[in-house]
Amino acid sequence: MHGRVKIKTTAQQEEEKRKEREKKLKIYVAARDACFSKRNEGIWDDEALQLTQQLLSSNPDFATLWNYRREILLHLETVKDKDEVQKIYEAELSFTESCLKVNPKSYGSWHHRGWVSARLPRPDWARELTLCDRCLSLDDRNFHCWDYRRMVVKMSGVPVDQELAFTDRLIGSNFSNYSSWHYRSTLLPLLHPESPEPPSPCREPPQSSPPPSPQTHSHRVCEEQLLKEYELVQNAFFTDPNDQSAWFYYRWLLGRAEREEMISCVYVNREEERVAVAFSRPVNAQSVGLFLVLDGQPQRVEWRSVHPCFKHSPVWICSLPPGTISDITNERNLTVHWTEKHTHRDCALYTGRTESWCRDSATDQELFRSELSVEKTSVLQSELQSVKQLQELEPLNKWCLLTIILLMRALDPLGYEQEMLAHFRTLKEVDSMRSAYYSDLCSKFMIENTILKMEYAEVRVFSISDKNLTTLCHLDQLLLVTHINLSSNHLQRLPPQFAMLQCLEVLEADNNAIENLEGVYHLPKLEEVLLKNNKISTLADLQPLASCPKLKRLDLRGNPVTQTANVESELAELLPSVTDLLL
Amino acid sequence: MAAEDLPSEFDVVILGTGLAESVVAAACSRVGQRVLHVDRRSYYAANWASFTFNALLTWIQEIQAESLSEEVQDRSSLVEEGEELIYLSGSDSASISNLQVFCYVSEEAEEEEEPANTTEEEEAGAAGEGAAKEPSETESAGSKEEEAGEAAEGDEQAAQEQGEEPKADQPQPSAPPSQSEPTRKKISYTQLVKEGRRFNIDLVSKLMYSRGSLVDLLIKSNVSRYAEFKNVTRILTYRHGSVEQVPCSRADVFASRQLSVVEKRKLMRFLTSCVEETEEHQAYNGRPYLEFLREQQLGDNLQHFLLHSIAMVTEDTLTKVGLASTRHFLRCLGRYGNTPFLFPVYGLGEIPQCFCRMSAVFGGIYCLRHSVSCLIVDKDSNRCKAVIDSRGQRISCSHFVVEDGFVGADRKVATPTRLLSRAVLITDASVLPGDSEQQVSLVTVPPTDGRPAVNMVELSPSTMTCIPGTYLVHLTCQSVGSAYEDLSPVVTRMFCMAECQDEENRPAVLWCLYFNMADGSGVEPEGHDLPSNVYVCSGPDGALGHEHAIKQAESIFLKILPEEEFCPPAPNPEDIIYDGENTSPTSIGEEEEEEGLTAAGGEGEEKQQEQQEEETSLQPEE
Repeated sequence: MHGRVKIKTTAQQEEEKRKEREKKLKIYVAARDACFSKRNEGIWDDEALQLTQQLLSSNPDFATLWNYRREILLHLETVKDKDEVQKIYEAELSFTESCLKVNPKSYGSWHHRGWVSARLPRPDWARELTLCDRCLSLDDRNFHCWDYRRMVVKMSGVPVDQELAFTDRLIGSNFSNYSSWHYRSTLLPLLHPESPEPPSPCREPPQSSPPPSPQTHSHRVCEEQLLKEYELVQNAFFTDPNDQSAWFYYRWLLGRAEREEMISCVYVNREEERVAVAFSRPVNAQSVGLFLVLDGQPQRVEWRSVHPCFKHSPVWICSLPPGTISDITNERNLTVHWTEKHTHRDCALYTGRTESWCRDSATDQELFRSELSVEKTSVLQSELQSVKQLQELEPLNKWCLLTIILLMRALDPLGYEQEMLAHFRTLKEVDSMRSAYYSDLCSKFMIENTILKMEYAEVRVFSISDKNLTTLCHLDQLLLVTHINLSSNHLQRLPPQFAMLQCLEVLEADNNAIENLEGVYHLPKLEEVLLKNNKISTLADLQPLASCPKLKRLDLRGNPVTQTANVESELAELLPSVTDLLL
Repeated sequence: MAAEDLPSEFDVVILGTGLAESVVAAACSRVGQRVLHVDRRSYYAANWASFTFNALLTWIQEIQAESLSEEVQDRSSLVEEGEELIYLSGSDSASISNLQVFCYVSEEAEEEEEPANTTEEEEAGAAGEGAAKEPSETESAGSKEEEAGEAAEGDEQAAQEQGEEPKADQPQPSAPPSQSEPTRKKISYTQLVKEGRRFNIDLVSKLMYSRGSLVDLLIKSNVSRYAEFKNVTRILTYRHGSVEQVPCSRADVFASRQLSVVEKRKLMRFLTSCVEETEEHQAYNGRPYLEFLREQQLGDNLQHFLLHSIAMVTEDTLTKVGLASTRHFLRCLGRYGNTPFLFPVYGLGEIPQCFCRMSAVFGGIYCLRHSVSCLIVDKDSNRCKAVIDSRGQRISCSHFVVEDGFVGADRKVATPTRLLSRAVLITDASVLPGDSEQQVSLVTVPPTDGRPAVNMVELSPSTMTCIPGTYLVHLTCQSVGSAYEDLSPVVTRMFCMAECQDEENRPAVLWCLYFNMADGSGVEPEGHDLPSNVYVCSGPDGALGHEHAIKQAESIFLKILPEEEFCPPAPNPEDIIYDGENTSPTSIGEEEEEEGLTAAGGEGEEKQQEQQEEETSLQPEE
């Protein structure tokens, strides 16, 4: 048809583009080679600046060239006066800005900009802040920009309240933004620190340890502000309950209590001339300055963790020199000092007693609750109400269910046990991809509950059979347990942490799927191991048992290992102390 | 325009530069058709036009003076054997009626009374304090005549050079402010006139759905490069006597202070569930949408928002329609911003001009103040062979597209006359002052007491349609009575006229205009008593979006050129192969294009420089 505009065909265009690209490549390679050779010759001149600029503007991710550029700039700093340097660096800033337009997530450009800003004789931080805000308005999740912005804020001393308002703004425009929520969590404690009075009067100060160090609660926020934050974040998760950033922030709001660092238990056994010490968190006893004083006399002892695989462990043991405490008619007073934390714990071994221990009452529920929150019960209760309200509207939302579980645990772990289990069942259905995670989490909570029950009953028997356990945890809390029943669960192994059960005499673990006994290691008092119907398949798997000197009774019925040839004689050789073997 | 003759042969001749006509022009030129596009008026875009304040005053005068009709010249001398003539109507005077103007500000700035209180303070004053100024007109009936008289006076001037601005001292269309003492007024009438060039006042009030057919077409055809756009920043609604923000995007819902968290959840869930059609939806198809919403247990708040502001339907609209319109709203959300709508910077009149420019780039020839007076029809085939322009030149063509208003009533299929009621207000503050003064808002006013639902668009100076310190407010509804009868109750409820010292802090109206415009939605492109290759484009319809005009343009294009693609992307300039120096149809086109370009965009150039940050460009998407 006449008059139609004629357009080049695709093949023509392709060919032209190809030629264009070839030409570009040639120029690029030539410039690159020129740069490298100049650098090798140690030339730091303007021409080199020009060359690197050309290359970097088309490829801002060429780290070597940025380095070369910095070398040149450092050199220029030494030969130019301050005003000239200022000019050069300002040019650098506008250059990196153009590079950021090419690739807003270029590591090299952002880093260079940071470097230049820090060296600029008269920096214009306000301008940098505007640049950041502009970048973030284009992509509010550009973490390079967030990083750079943090530096700018720090250098220019932007007031905290302004920064908080900044996060308000970003969250307002799109609340699916981890960076903003996280930034809030760092700003709030600065702007609204918690009043010095501890907020949870229900929490008894531990008897024999010094008051908590001032930084214990440093991430906490005053209650008035906390309530506002709860409201804000609720608006987010009611608006979009599937957005996890809000839920994570919520969890941060609810749980910021830190376990106090202390010696939670000292155990001494006269017969074995052994001392075991438990800490509130894993430590390396060899490096934290742990000393044992016996009747006023410092003892030279060697601390070892319960299993060689632990460098850090919450439980450490040592043997006393032979004969030091073996006389049953003597009363002995031990003190364990933790010099690094200026704390210590005493333990008296009275006449006639073969063992003794000293520890805080572990019935203190805060032991586990503190992981979530130290908020007032009333606050938690109202939070639970609102999340439950959401759950009524969104019965299958996993974040909602999980948060309900956590709130229930914070409020009354034993009272809510049945509801918690029901919620876990729903969770595993609606989020089957993570069912193993939920099983492990549920196991953890069930163990916590069982420990609480055990403590209330003041017994040294830990029984948690038929509870669908998939993992073991909090084993440091079971230091004093003599009898453990783990039967009919889904355990696959007794992990190295199991060796923390230093007083264990009887281990019942029938009807699990255990194939590994790594943790049954150097348990000095262990006499009976019942492992009927598990999955132990080789003799090597039983090797750890050989380290338990008092082992007499072993039940291996229903394990593949019983099918091994000469199993009986092999076992007799491996475990000579066992007199009662069931195969 | 130079007095030389136009080429005597075109493929398509188009009379009228409204949106549909301009799109047809662009589409035809783009695929190589020789297009002649003319308009009798001195400005582009017909009833889709945007005017500066001064040009609007001129337009008002023209409308009021419309009585002098053009003499019909006898063109029978140009008719050949076997041909007959169809005379077109000289103007589309019928499309605008019931025009009334009110001015509530003093003519002079206040220097005389308060020397310190000069124009520099225009932005400092509190918004709510309207001037206690008697309205210059309250009785509409009496004033109309008065206006007409005055307008006639000014008409001579207006009839002169059209493109030029009227001078500031031109007689005002309304009576000058009367005796009463002005207390404090930030903006005077003189100032409105003086800065009148900075207004761009649309005759129609529409918004662009960000996934509507207009936006799709702008992107597809690359016409978007000729314009810039702003997001409509919020949706408001008038309810229980006050203006509330309608939370529609996720961010709005999150930030809303009026909704409880449970309402937030319900709203979000409802909106999410709407996106896909379910069996539950189908079960309600034949029942009212309101009933469906009630069943969802959403509560009054949410029901109001969903019905009036999101679906923008009435209480008896069927669920099928209500849901479709809700879905359309939701699909448009978040493409460019937190609302589904865009507004072109410098006003809606830009859009037809952009298409004209595209047509000119591809060789279309443009003449304003140039009309087609009659068609020459081949008696045998009943096809239009040629047209005779207003200068008496015979121009042959294969197709003729004409704006509805130029077709004599006797030749049109009789359709019940439907009218739109329009009001344009210049106010001194936003109906809902917010953090930013640069909000662009859509306000939905639900129907009350038999009065129709009103769509109100409030434009801030950031859209380059009004001067700083003012807002431009457009009201539109389907007419029941005259525009004044339909809309003034809403205006009086939401604004204060300068006579009252307002206690509710409502914004004050500085100046306002009411008129009725014919509703183009009833006019069909074909079926009239016209040759088969003559297509009629309707004027603006009452809907908020542009679907009607774009669909109409596409259907006309497909009738003219059934084999061709409608507005394919324009090629990049570097991919165009230019023939040598030799004259070719293309290069003739290029020459003419210059003319077309200047005609279309003379002012545009200048505007570009005034341009400020943050325009939404349509291109970078996904």
